[in-house]
Amino acid sequence: VPASIYFNVIISGVLTGLVYGLMALGLSVIFGVVRVVNFAHGEMMAIAMYLAIVLFNTLGVDPLVLVIPLAGVLFVLGYALQAGIINPFISRPEYSQFILLVAIAIIITNVLLIIFGPDARSVQTSYSFDSFAIGPVIVDATKVYAGVGTILIAAVLFAFFRFAPLGKAIRACADNYTGALVVGLDVKRLYALTFGIGAACVGAAGSMMVLLIDVTPALGPAYTLLAFIIVITGGLGSMPGALLGGVLIGLTEALAGLFFTPSAKSMFSFGLLVLVLLLRPQGLLARKT
Amino acid sequence: MQLVFAGASGRAWVLLAILLAVLCAAPWLAGDYLLTVLITILYLAYVGQAWNVMMGFAGQLSLGHAIYVGLGAYSAAVLYVDFGIPPWIGMFAAIAIAAACGALIGYLAFRFGVGGVYFAILTIAFAEFARIGFDHFGWVGGSAGFFLPVANYARNDLWNLRGNPTMFYYVMLALTAAAFALCHVLLRSRTGYYWQAIREDEEAARSLGINTFRYKLIAVVISGSMTALAGVFFAFYYNNLFPEQVFHISRSIEIILGPIIGGIGAPFGPIVGAFLLTGASELMQNVLIAIGFDVPGAKQVFYGVALLLVVIVLPGGVWPWLAVRLRLTRSER
Repeated sequence: VPASIYFNVIISGVLTGLVYGLMALGLSVIFGVVRVVNFAHGEMMAIAMYLAIVLFNTLGVDPLVLVIPLAGVLFVLGYALQAGIINPFISRPEYSQFILLVAIAIIITNVLLIIFGPDARSVQTSYSFDSFAIGPVIVDATKVYAGVGTILIAAVLFAFFRFAPLGKAIRACADNYTGALVVGLDVKRLYALTFGIGAACVGAAGSMMVLLIDVTPALGPAYTLLAFIIVITGGLGSMPGALLGGVLIGLTEALAGLFFTPSAKSMFSFGLLVLVLLLRPQGLLARKT
Repeated sequence: MQLVFAGASGRAWVLLAILLAVLCAAPWLAGDYLLTVLITILYLAYVGQAWNVMMGFAGQLSLGHAIYVGLGAYSAAVLYVDFGIPPWIGMFAAIAIAAACGALIGYLAFRFGVGGVYFAILTIAFAEFARIGFDHFGWVGGSAGFFLPVANYARNDLWNLRGNPTMFYYVMLALTAAAFALCHVLLRSRTGYYWQAIREDEEAARSLGINTFRYKLIAVVISGSMTALAGVFFAFYYNNLFPEQVFHISRSIEIILGPIIGGIGAPFGPIVGAFLLTGASELMQNVLIAIGFDVPGAKQVFYGVALLLVVIVLPGGVWPWLAVRLRLTRSER
């Protein structure tokens, strides 16, 4: 095996991992602020992916162009979900929240199944088979676009939480719930906004993900689990951690697929998760709480 | 929540006796279809009861109970098919393996202070790890599955668990009744009170001198062992095992739904939950066929909506609410 194969696999793993990271970023933002684990995360991404496929097939819109509009659609969905259904569950026990989100996940999966049927779908863009050659290393153009897109979106998100008054208010809710109430923040509305932002990450990630994988209605749980692995590896609630975790998992999967068999790749991700949970339960980049 | 059963009156016992009598007589009253549904209900009531020991009693949320079902199913099935060991002996191996696995998960998690959401996700991780592992475990068939020989049995062979649905029904009924009795006793034992103390406030329990590590571990081991028995039943009832099915997260979720919908913490919760969920699911199936809207997924959508409504309207589960309506307890608290 020539050495360039390893470089190809590593770069491809890192770029795919960045998109995973963007999806997981949504989960991390939601958990970090609202303190609810979104068990319907992968299912929400499936919605975005199907929307991207439908718009591509009917109107011919490139999925990369759809990143922002689909982020907007999912934002509205996430906002409505939190404001309408999840807010009253904030103070309920974890298992109660779990069942609520599992119920939502079941509904999403099966509505998609009714509308689109069980077959896998994908998109073929004009640049599907393009690649960049940097010396001996060959990289899929699709993955480069997706990776760059992820970095841009993540940068906007970081800036929002760091500098925008609204972003600061949301962080205040995360740091001190009671304090946020005392200074007059509308915590329920900020929670809804946060869930919307988390869902928007999923929408953006989903529209790029259709370029990388096929979509089926049953895809949800696998990607929900993937998002868990990533955020826990990186640190639940840490935004850079989610991206780092995504890259690590993308790498692990790519290398496991190369050295072992691709079907066993998620076993290595779960192995990594178990190790991180046991040795550094707060995650790689999070402070101990 | 925990008072629901403690305050149970004589009425509760009368109702329980009537329920048990009806269930014992069911094979004569019910047709084949209904009997199959009842077996599913009892199976879910049993695994729900087992899961409830961990979550309802000791407050440890496991979202990966499929691992114990799978380990129990595979160990008993392999011992039977490859070594000719009957399930009544094989079940001890199944229990031992599941108990060891539960002890390992519990030891690692509790030793390193993994709790809450993190513990729940750790249990998913172990179950998924096992699923993919068994998918690549060629000796037990890998992803192609493991099969028990199926034949037309002229008579019921209880010793080898080969026979008609009626026999399986009574086996499952006995298991469910035994689990109910065990949980009733456990909840009133010293261990049970320690568990409830840990569930309500772990710090406080520790400061009172309870060895929380040890009692949480006991809860995981008991819960896992009980679930492994359900796995043995699963293997001999369905006769085929696929890692994608037995270890899948949807199976773990299926185990959890009953006790949460029924009401966590009380031994009646999982039973009520199993009856409601399976009953509702079968009813929807029949209604959808009757109105001609039997597309794949339709049943699950209604199921999901029903789940959503119950969890929104009755946060404590159906049993506490029902217990008050049946005048078994005075208040829902």
